[in-house]
Amino acid sequence: MKIRAQIGKVLNLDKCIGCHTCSVTCKNVWTSREGMEYAWFNNVETKPGVGYPKEWENQEVWNGGWVRKKNGRIVPKMGGKLRILAKIFANPDMPQIDDYYEPFTFDYEHLHNAPESQAPPTARPRSLISGERMDKVKWGPNWEEILGGEFSKRSKDVNFEALEKDIYGQFENTFMMYLPRLCEHCLNPSCVAACPSGAIYKREEDGIVLIDQDKCRGWRMCVSACPYKKIYYNWRSGKSEKCIFCYPRIEAGQPTVCSETCVGRIRYLGVLMYDADRIEEAAAAEDPQDLYQAQLDIFLDPFDPAVIRQALEDGVPQAWIDAAQRSPVWRMAMDWKVAFPLHPEYRTLPMVWYVPPLSPIQSAAEAGALGLNGAIPDVSQLRIPLRYLANMLTAGDEAPVKLALERMLAMRAYMRAKHVDGTREIRVLEQVGLTETDIEDMYQTMAIANFEDRFVIPTTHREYAEEAFDLRGECGFSFGDGCSGGSGKLDLFSHEVRVGPSAGGRADRVGAPR
Amino acid sequence: MGDWFHILVFGYYPYFAATVFLAGSLIRFDREQYTWRSGSSQLLRRRQLIMGSVLFHVGILMLFLGHLVGLLTPKEIYHAVGLSSGAKQMLAIVAGGIFGIVCFIGLSMLLHRRLADPRIRRTSSVMDIAILALLWVQLVLGMATIPFSWAHREGGEVMVALSLWAQKIVTFQADAADYVADVHWVYQLHIFLGVTVFLVFPFSRLVHIWSAPVGYLGRRGYQVVRTREGRRPA
Repeated sequence: MKIRAQIGKVLNLDKCIGCHTCSVTCKNVWTSREGMEYAWFNNVETKPGVGYPKEWENQEVWNGGWVRKKNGRIVPKMGGKLRILAKIFANPDMPQIDDYYEPFTFDYEHLHNAPESQAPPTARPRSLISGERMDKVKWGPNWEEILGGEFSKRSKDVNFEALEKDIYGQFENTFMMYLPRLCEHCLNPSCVAACPSGAIYKREEDGIVLIDQDKCRGWRMCVSACPYKKIYYNWRSGKSEKCIFCYPRIEAGQPTVCSETCVGRIRYLGVLMYDADRIEEAAAAEDPQDLYQAQLDIFLDPFDPAVIRQALEDGVPQAWIDAAQRSPVWRMAMDWKVAFPLHPEYRTLPMVWYVPPLSPIQSAAEAGALGLNGAIPDVSQLRIPLRYLANMLTAGDEAPVKLALERMLAMRAYMRAKHVDGTREIRVLEQVGLTETDIEDMYQTMAIANFEDRFVIPTTHREYAEEAFDLRGECGFSFGDGCSGGSGKLDLFSHEVRVGPSAGGRADRVGAPR
Repeated sequence: MGDWFHILVFGYYPYFAATVFLAGSLIRFDREQYTWRSGSSQLLRRRQLIMGSVLFHVGILMLFLGHLVGLLTPKEIYHAVGLSSGAKQMLAIVAGGIFGIVCFIGLSMLLHRRLADPRIRRTSSVMDIAILALLWVQLVLGMATIPFSWAHREGGEVMVALSLWAQKIVTFQADAADYVADVHWVYQLHIFLGVTVFLVFPFSRLVHIWSAPVGYLGRRGYQVVRTREGRRPA
């Protein structure tokens, strides 16, 4: 057993209002630079829909993630090392920028400078790549916002698998939910596996997956290998970039920017300890529907004295073990079983988990009464089909998702009875297998969601993470040439360095020891 | 005067270019790794790239290997294994011709794409375009030598002279330039441009050749984890 700790994350989709504050604050901090205009380390999609980039979930198209071979070993779906290298001159599995969207701005100045005319002047779109006028903006990072576009196009969503999807195109049966997405900081990342340069790595001390901007050579295999399409090729720098989990903030014990600014308080950060020796075994589970349980099985109980002893021996700081014992992520994923990994069938063992959303009871309005299952509403009548959620979160296994939704409904029923009727509704608790303490805790964490309950982040122990002596004299975020900052007018080796509002600091420079 | 210029171009210029090539690559690798990349534009436009890039790379790699082995193998060695100079000349003409055509198709597609596609044109640096154009001209010159080589396919005299020049250069012999004094100017121009490619190498995207990731095949397992002891496969 080799114990490592990681800062995991849970997003409570039941409370997501789709406001995009997470996306915008992330963009402002990390990707408002030339070459990265099209990239959103965090984006919010309306489901059902094909998403951003188009059809990212369809691995028949992009060949992301892993596959299990007959002999029980897993290989990247793109192919083994030789096949990956064979794609190096031109990568057939890589999306083109139009699959994301062509970034654009508007001719705002025309509004100031237009000569007198009969019709009011307009600001027309202009490409941020070619600089040319665009007739029409054809796609964007959230083109399908709140069911925008035709159902026939949106219904290419692979989560409709095994569903009679045509009936959900009818107005009275339609449903939607929001899905905020970011890098999953997987335990078994396929981007790392596919990087021929070895530039992508997982940090042992907190599990954050980063791309060393100096080592990246722009072979672009990671873009295809990531099944979540959360690695973006910067067309200006020729390097790939990705969500860095706001590691400078995490190291200081602060939540990521997307989490901190979430107005719905849906995001949770906390420590999970896992057995690193069993990652491959878990990722290679034969039945995709077993992958969720396999991942749960390698998470380690932070209260188990044997685990604590081994963790300390493996170098996990005591502060991290303490944090793991108070981790909201542990509670939601392991104690209450209300959080699930996104698409476990990709076999990457993702570490950003999701609480499925409740939705209105379908037949309530028609029948005038709720369909009840014991004391709580029947989740099979929720507007969002159970199977749709299961396709997204458990490789199609409905039972765990059903239990999670029932527990959330039970929490509502119990708290409503307590606060409105002044009674103790024990019956619902028995039905879903929770105690009163559990429900009170769930309510405190998931409904009230105070800052200190959502974010339990121990500061990094530098002495354990890296040799700090090697970092002396470094200049923090820079353009890779030490303290010069790359601000010289003349640059022999690359493009002219732009000076002005768009010249930001390079986001994910890693302080790799030299 | 003529001699002086000839010795400058074929006797000294290769050493100047080689020095810049090696020292420039080293300095750039040490100081400017953030700029060390292949510079792919596939994201911006797939069209013409998939076919063009594969043909170009396969062609040019084979041409490079052919030149490397062909020029630097002493004739005593291939004579010893029973390959006459004439036969080697034919081999060079046929293999060079085939991969030259493959490379030419690919390179022409890439050059056309770079100049004609507004997205690619706009995001190209001067060097991106210059290096493609340089390689294209160099390739055309190389193909243009084929009829001249055909003329002496029996004895392969010019090929022997060219390879002697290359061998004298890499072994630091002062009389190297003499060996190419009498060859046709098409060969001379091809050599000059070839040396120039080495000269501009460290200032262009060509540096990605140094980083060809063959080491990936030897990586233990798939994962890379950074620990206090540094990065290691895990």
